[in-house]
Amino acid sequence: MKHIWIITRRELGIFFNSLMAYIMIVAFLGFSGLFTWFLGSDVFFIKQASMESFFNIAYWTLFFFIPGLTMRLFAEENRSGTIELLLTRPVNDWQIVAGKFLATLLLILVALVLTLPYYFTIASLGDIDHGAVWTGYLGLILMSSAYIAIGLFTSSISTNQIVGYLLALFIGIFFQIIFGFIAGYTSGFLGQALDFLSISTHMDSISRGVIDSRNLIFFLSLVFLGLILTESNIQKNRL
Amino acid sequence: MDIIVENLTKKYGSQKAVDDISFRVNTGEVLGFLGPNGAGKTTTMKALTTFLDPEAGEINIGSYNTRRNPEQIKKHIGYLPENNPLYEEMPVVDYLWYTAELYGIPKSKIRGRILEMVHTCGLEGEKHKNIGQLSKGYQQRVGLAQALIHDPEVLIFDEPTAGLDPNQIIEIRELIKKIGREKTVILSSHILAEVEATCDRIMIINKGKIVADGTSQDLRKQAQGKEVLQVTIEDGDKNAIFQGLQSLKPVQAVDFLSGKPNGFEVQSVPEKSARRDIFKLCVDKGWTLTEMAVFETKLEDIFRELTMN
Repeated sequence: MKHIWIITRRELGIFFNSLMAYIMIVAFLGFSGLFTWFLGSDVFFIKQASMESFFNIAYWTLFFFIPGLTMRLFAEENRSGTIELLLTRPVNDWQIVAGKFLATLLLILVALVLTLPYYFTIASLGDIDHGAVWTGYLGLILMSSAYIAIGLFTSSISTNQIVGYLLALFIGIFFQIIFGFIAGYTSGFLGQALDFLSISTHMDSISRGVIDSRNLIFFLSLVFLGLILTESNIQKNRL
Repeated sequence: MDIIVENLTKKYGSQKAVDDISFRVNTGEVLGFLGPNGAGKTTTMKALTTFLDPEAGEINIGSYNTRRNPEQIKKHIGYLPENNPLYEEMPVVDYLWYTAELYGIPKSKIRGRILEMVHTCGLEGEKHKNIGQLSKGYQQRVGLAQALIHDPEVLIFDEPTAGLDPNQIIEIRELIKKIGREKTVILSSHILAEVEATCDRIMIINKGKIVADGTSQDLRKQAQGKEVLQVTIEDGDKNAIFQGLQSLKPVQAVDFLSGKPNGFEVQSVPEKSARRDIFKLCVDKGWTLTEMAVFETKLEDIFRELTMN
């Protein structure tokens, strides 16, 4: 645990020292604020005290931002060769992967906490379904975890950060929209399977205020799969 | 802690980078790896630090084995990898702090250790700069500082003086010698003089195999079986002298020296000296021997002989 936290702290330090964190937070708050309050189907347009417009925009902004945060995490270590130092310190691969995962997740949590004023404001404007808001946030956290795991994996593949970013988007877009889209035209077991693989299916049910084990199993499996693949990529350095 | 390597083999694809090598390094010994590029020095070192998984062979450091107790071994090794990778975006002190924490140095002692390292490695003026802003020489010092910070029992330096200026090289060599009195040190280098100056023992590796192992005196002795003389003989016909020298029993080969009109290079057969015979030959034929010098076998020559084929 201690080693994980040491690595997490360093990665967070790099996020905040390199402006990455500030850019990400400001851009995230800017986009989500703009679309929650002023543009498109914003709160005043739909005339409902609901966070739905925020969750909808956060769903897409996080999709694009998270690979930008994760792309550096392993690609840079691979490029500069510092991965060799890290792997010869008395830490194991899992602690390294977990430390980097946790650092990114904490940064996302900070960004999400900073959107709580939206919630308080909307709650003061009318009757809001508090349960749905909290599950909505939980949904965003689960989704972010899945994308961080995918991003870590794609970052660990190469020495090039851009490759890591684009590959994460490429893999992510299937879960984000393509599986759900195909599922709409497919029936039977395949349709159900694709529907289960679509993140939007799970986010819809979660943002309605219902979380069941299916949703948790889906997101946690994605996280574990991503982290396991990341770890196996790290192991390849040793061959 | 002693290092014992047994039958280490490491392949990259079908190519054997390290081919069944065994050696032992004792505590208080500084071992220098010499060898041409791609000889297997770096691969051997990476296997010692547990970074690489070898195909075959056992590496024991102290009572630990690289396969069974990698975490324990990592704690006791200080490692400066080839090309000295560093986190360029981190300030020197932060980086050393991070390293110290990962090595599990108690919080109360970290400050003291960092100050000591900054002092030992001469980083006082640079300690708050980002590592990326430092010159190559100072970066190399940071590399040494991170390897030494947890006061490890075993030190593995892959080309520790790369990129340093002559003054710094001497400082670092002194530092390595000092460390080597109590610890086990393995370093690699292309520079023969450096290995000779810092190491108690030299191991020459070529194509994944150990081709020589011993002190620099040992290695010299091995190669000294063949005596090489530089002689100048005057008052005679050049070709007659050449044939005369070649007819001597202990002489293996004779060659004209290019720079001198009457100079010859005489190589004797192993374990024999031709000096007396040359002198007698000159007396018999009435030639004048004006110069006879023994070429000292340089480490460079030994190195070349062992690694060129």
